[in-house]
Amino acid sequence: MRRKVIFPGTALPYLLLAPQLAITAVFFFWPAGEAVWYSFLRQDAFGISTQFVGLENFQDLFADPLYLQVVRNTLVFSVSVTAIAMSVALLLAVLADRHIRGRETYRTLLIWPYAVAPAVAAVLYIFLFHPNIGLFGRALNGMGVAWDYRLNGDQAMLVVVLAAAWKQVSYNFLFFLAGLQSIPRSVLEAAAIDGARPVRRFWTVVFPLLSPTTFFLLVINLTYAFFDTFGIIDALTKGGPANATQTLIYRAYIDGRVNLDLGSSSAQSVVLMVAVMVLTLFQFRFIERKVHY
Amino acid sequence: MATLTVERVSKSFGKVPVLHGIDLSVADGEMIVIVGASGCGKSTLLRIVAGLERATEGRIVISGADVTRLEPAERDIAMVFQNYALYPHMSVFENMSYGLRIRGVPKPEIARRVAQAAEMLGLSGLLERRPRELSGGQRQRVAMGRAIVREPKLFLFDEPLSNLDAKLRVAMRAEIKRLQRRLGVTSLFVTHDQVEAMTLGDRLVVMNQGRAAQVATPMEIFARPADTYVAGFIGSPAMNFLPATLTEGGLGARIADGPVVRFADGPRPGMAGRSLTLGVRPEHFALGGPLPLSPDLVEPLGSETVVHGRLPSGQEITLRLPGAPPGHGTIGIGIRPEHLHVFDGKTGLRLEAEPAIQPPPRVAA
Ligand SMILES: Nc1ncnc2c1ncn2[C@@H]1O[C@H](COP(=O)(O)OP(=O)(O)OP(=O)(O)O)[C@@H](O)[C@H]1O
Ligand SMILES: [Mg+2]
Repeated sequence: MRRKVIFPGTALPYLLLAPQLAITAVFFFWPAGEAVWYSFLRQDAFGISTQFVGLENFQDLFADPLYLQVVRNTLVFSVSVTAIAMSVALLLAVLADRHIRGRETYRTLLIWPYAVAPAVAAVLYIFLFHPNIGLFGRALNGMGVAWDYRLNGDQAMLVVVLAAAWKQVSYNFLFFLAGLQSIPRSVLEAAAIDGARPVRRFWTVVFPLLSPTTFFLLVINLTYAFFDTFGIIDALTKGGPANATQTLIYRAYIDGRVNLDLGSSSAQSVVLMVAVMVLTLFQFRFIERKVHY
Repeated sequence: MATLTVERVSKSFGKVPVLHGIDLSVADGEMIVIVGASGCGKSTLLRIVAGLERATEGRIVISGADVTRLEPAERDIAMVFQNYALYPHMSVFENMSYGLRIRGVPKPEIARRVAQAAEMLGLSGLLERRPRELSGGQRQRVAMGRAIVREPKLFLFDEPLSNLDAKLRVAMRAEIKRLQRRLGVTSLFVTHDQVEAMTLGDRLVVMNQGRAAQVATPMEIFARPADTYVAGFIGSPAMNFLPATLTEGGLGARIADGPVVRFADGPRPGMAGRSLTLGVRPEHFALGGPLPLSPDLVEPLGSETVVHGRLPSGQEITLRLPGAPPGHGTIGIGIRPEHLHVFDGKTGLRLEAEPAIQPPPRVAA
């Protein structure tokens, strides 16, 4: 099913690729190279002298209990966001796929969260969960639950997870819906005739056939939770309370921009880069091999 | 082993009527072929029997039990789809055993049944493959196998051969017929190919725009088509239709601008001048008759020759003659009255000969 376009000669394809390559070089390879370089340096507190310290920044990083807590936060955050965003999207897509009729409206409504800026999304969630002015926040306190995500770390984590997942649901939904629609109707009908009830049909036929989509989204969602949720966290909790919602990307920013510890921040960036490279490699290897029909 | 009854089944999609009161009753072990032009509702009828569509009106009865409201899973039927509809992520073995696993058939029994079906279909060496690693013909067999292992009450086939090349189609046709005979499973087979229909069916249902135009054995349909649609649909090249009028006493027909043909089997009812359509199959013309045919296309096929031409009235005629092409120029042709089909000129329905009125027996002295 791969489509191939044949260009005459080699100049044209390179010419067409050039802008993309230039942008990648200027905005990715150059800063990435700088980050790697800075991760081996250390500046004194006033930024006057700089010295080469080898892997010391990394050693300090992994010896720092705060950093290890941030790693743990990131794992909890990313796994939760991915799990929630994907399962909710899958559920909605299955429902939409069944009721083909209202699909257009449904689709439009569902794509909105994706179009909303992180800051706006955060404001929306403040209106929902703020202990004094939020809809749910007030209701929870009214019911006697001590709800204040600005004081309780677990509650703060819950709110940022929900907000981040909510923003990603639409994206996942569109892919899941497309995946569902590409399953031939007759295959599902054959399963029905073979005696499979809807739930059985879903787990034995639909879900396995969706697995390329699921896998693709898994990687995309993890990457999103790792790197793209800075805005939401910053607007909702600023990493607090007591660092409970600091993730790797947020910590790298704090150390670089607020604490002005360029060496540590760079080392953290390098760790993140390695993480995303592993994810991407994993995806390529896996997609190339297994989950294709 | 089962019987099937379709009672006054109608179907509309929204406001669009697709089936208009289909009645059909299928005996145990019978193979019924549903044939008709594209869009006439064949698949819809089959899918209603399968439970994949709900009939707007009417009932489906399998072996005496009303299944109209049941889900496909509860009807104990198997279906072979045109695109085979195999499960792409399962091996051939898993494809064939899926229905059995769902029904909780014990493992050794599953293995036995699949092995037996695979043996029957020549799939034994392919059980570990995925559908995409199979040829079209092999996929078709897997789809058949999936139906067979279930040992269902009914087989439903929706144009299962139309994605195969011509040669494989003929081979699979014979194979399906043999299997169906051997297993004795009551079957409905949908096709738009009349050769498939004629060779496979114990009886045919010829459908025309959501109605069953005729339900009969293949030979009956060929010999006594119920109307001009059936007459024109079954038989290749198609039957010729000539407008005509009834003569005095109903004894014959006057072909427009032409001679009178006397009916060989007896008079038709109606007043003289009643409008008729005469049907003559291409092979039922005789050379050396009173109709002058100017050929515009002669197709020698070896053992026979097909001639397309026109009568002076402009009427087109297709003729099938045994042996080599006739010489050039106009040929005189005639209709062999014993093979004449007579239809009403307006409704297109077949007009049978009235039983001849017997003279009173003479009393012996
Ligand atoms: N789900 C549907 N919604 C609306 N109309 C439909 C639907 N399914 C079928 N039809 C219409 O019903 C009519 C009969 O369709 P059906 O598929 O039964 O035809 P068919 O005889 O099987 O034709 P073919 O030989 O092309 O498969 C067609 O006019 C089709 O457009
Ligand atoms: Mg059809």
